[in-house]
Amino acid sequence: MFYREAGQFKTSYKADQAVFPIFQDRIFVAIWLFLGFIVVPMLANEYVFRAIFIPVIIMALAAIGLNLLVGYCGQVSLGSGAFMAVGAYAAYNFMIRIPELNPLICFLLGGLSATVVGVIFGIPSLRIKGFYLAVATLALQFFTDWTFSRIDWFTNYTPSGSIAVQPVEVWGFVFDSPIRKYLLCLTVLVIFTVIAKNLVRGRIGRAWMATRDMDVAAEIIGIRPIYAKLSAFAVSSFFIGVAGALWAFVHLGSWEPLAFDINLSFSILFMVIIGGLGSIVGGMLGATFITLLPLFLNQLPIWLGINMSTAMVSHLEYMIFGGLIIFFLAVEPLGLARIWQITKEKLRLWPFPH
Amino acid sequence: MGFFVEVLLSGLMAGVLYSLVALGFVLIFKASGVFNFAQGAMVLFAALTFVRLLDILKDSFAPITLSLIITIAMMVMLAMAIERLVLRPLVNQPGISLFMATLGIAYFLDGFGQTLWGSDIYTLDIGIPKGSIFILESVFDGGVLVAKEDLVATVIAGLLVVTLAIFFQKTRIGRALRAVADDHQAAQSIGIPLNYIWVIVWTVAGLVALVAGVIWGSKLGVQFSLSLIALKALPVLILGGFESVLGAVIGGLIIGAGEKLSEIYIGPYVGGGIEYWFAYMLALGFLMFRPQGLFGEVHIDRV
Repeated sequence: MFYREAGQFKTSYKADQAVFPIFQDRIFVAIWLFLGFIVVPMLANEYVFRAIFIPVIIMALAAIGLNLLVGYCGQVSLGSGAFMAVGAYAAYNFMIRIPELNPLICFLLGGLSATVVGVIFGIPSLRIKGFYLAVATLALQFFTDWTFSRIDWFTNYTPSGSIAVQPVEVWGFVFDSPIRKYLLCLTVLVIFTVIAKNLVRGRIGRAWMATRDMDVAAEIIGIRPIYAKLSAFAVSSFFIGVAGALWAFVHLGSWEPLAFDINLSFSILFMVIIGGLGSIVGGMLGATFITLLPLFLNQLPIWLGINMSTAMVSHLEYMIFGGLIIFFLAVEPLGLARIWQITKEKLRLWPFPH
Repeated sequence: MGFFVEVLLSGLMAGVLYSLVALGFVLIFKASGVFNFAQGAMVLFAALTFVRLLDILKDSFAPITLSLIITIAMMVMLAMAIERLVLRPLVNQPGISLFMATLGIAYFLDGFGQTLWGSDIYTLDIGIPKGSIFILESVFDGGVLVAKEDLVATVIAGLLVVTLAIFFQKTRIGRALRAVADDHQAAQSIGIPLNYIWVIVWTVAGLVALVAGVIWGSKLGVQFSLSLIALKALPVLILGGFESVLGAVIGGLIIGAGEKLSEIYIGPYVGGGIEYWFAYMLALGFLMFRPQGLFGEVHIDRV
């Protein structure tokens, strides 16, 4: 009844090709932006920002980046933790070695460094496919783990091997309170989502999707695989690198190489799969689900009033997490984005059943 | 020269241990097309069950045999549960969803094993001789130092590979497994019950995991990091090919030798600790020339 396209006629090609052609969709997005930028800062408390919103937003950015590579281009990559590490360490090095640079520029430069690494480690994808590529990207993960722990130049020769940074300061405006950090991350996420959405609707996105579906056929019709695959690695690692820089500077504040280990890679891959491969919204939904789940599982014994040791809680957390992943994959293999899509389709007909 | 041979031998024997874990992966991938990331967790679970049962039953009349039987029974039940709860609901999904599901199984098994049996480090002692001996004293001056455990592990692994080879080639079930590995639909159409076959495959992989777990456990002690052994076995897999038992063995030997040799001869120049990623880089190098591993099935794309 409310969610109808009837009566919305487009009078120009530009209007027809809009990202949100249905007027109700635009209102929906506007409401979310209003909630995100204006309502949440007014109502939320510091814990909620630190523990929920900021990690979810940064992880959503990383998940969108990985979705571009895995969901839209079909190259399985288990090295996302490494890209985040490269982004974080590169941003740190730019920031301390060239102090005149604006920290936001340093984040972008961190992303660009991740891009360079991504392109180099994407070269095997031209020869290797499927699970072999997934395991090959693990090489990158372990190599970066080793590089950032052993080569002291990256950590500026700190004796402990871990890095601590000051809150981000841009032109005298210091991002130290949770609200400011939250708004910074949200702005970055919105800008990058717009970029991602437009990329996948354009020529590059179609080249990616063709490579994903059948790369030999794509090559035959003229999509150069080197161009498609390496650009996917490049853009995806840029997104993930910027997310890594944000994660380190805004969320963590101080970190060591182990903060970007293989568990982070698996988390981001979970977010992409659970959220839905090949969907921008899916990245965000998956990030929310995977980030909130451990928090929820941690609180569950307390809410149910059961007393158990923390070790037992963490074991149970593992079990429930694993079980939920399997359950989710069995029930809706196309992820949360598909559930959202089905909801929208039902909304179109509401209140009629068919 | 003697030192080189020593490093080479210890590397080859470490490689045999990696092959043991990789064998489990290969068995499951061959028969059900699933890249079972939970193999490491299965190694840990089997070893943990075995060592704790040994402890509980140590005063009974045949502790090792009894614990072995009960552990094997538990691995069978685990295989049945996995087939029923994970493989059947996800029967036609793309490989990456199944891979993610096995990741979920890995998390679940980690938590479950530690809930059941606790998370301390347990020493595993079933009589594998420890210590080192000198061999080849006549060829090299002073002989070459090898660890007795590694020798025993090599012999056990060799026996296991031979047993598996006989099982696959000579028995009816082995033939059925090979048929399913070739083509699921064709095997089903001639009457091979896929579900039973998958239970059998996962059980055999579980038994291989048990052997690997016992050997690694007596070397390192049974603890949580045993599940990380799987990550060390992955380069073996990609070097040897996902579908080949021979590839797992030879890949393991190459990776083991390469790792140790690189650590000794290249390590000091770049700060040490390179054995974590050298194996992957070595496997990656091989993959560039042969993208499906040395003995893997060549993937033919029909457009």
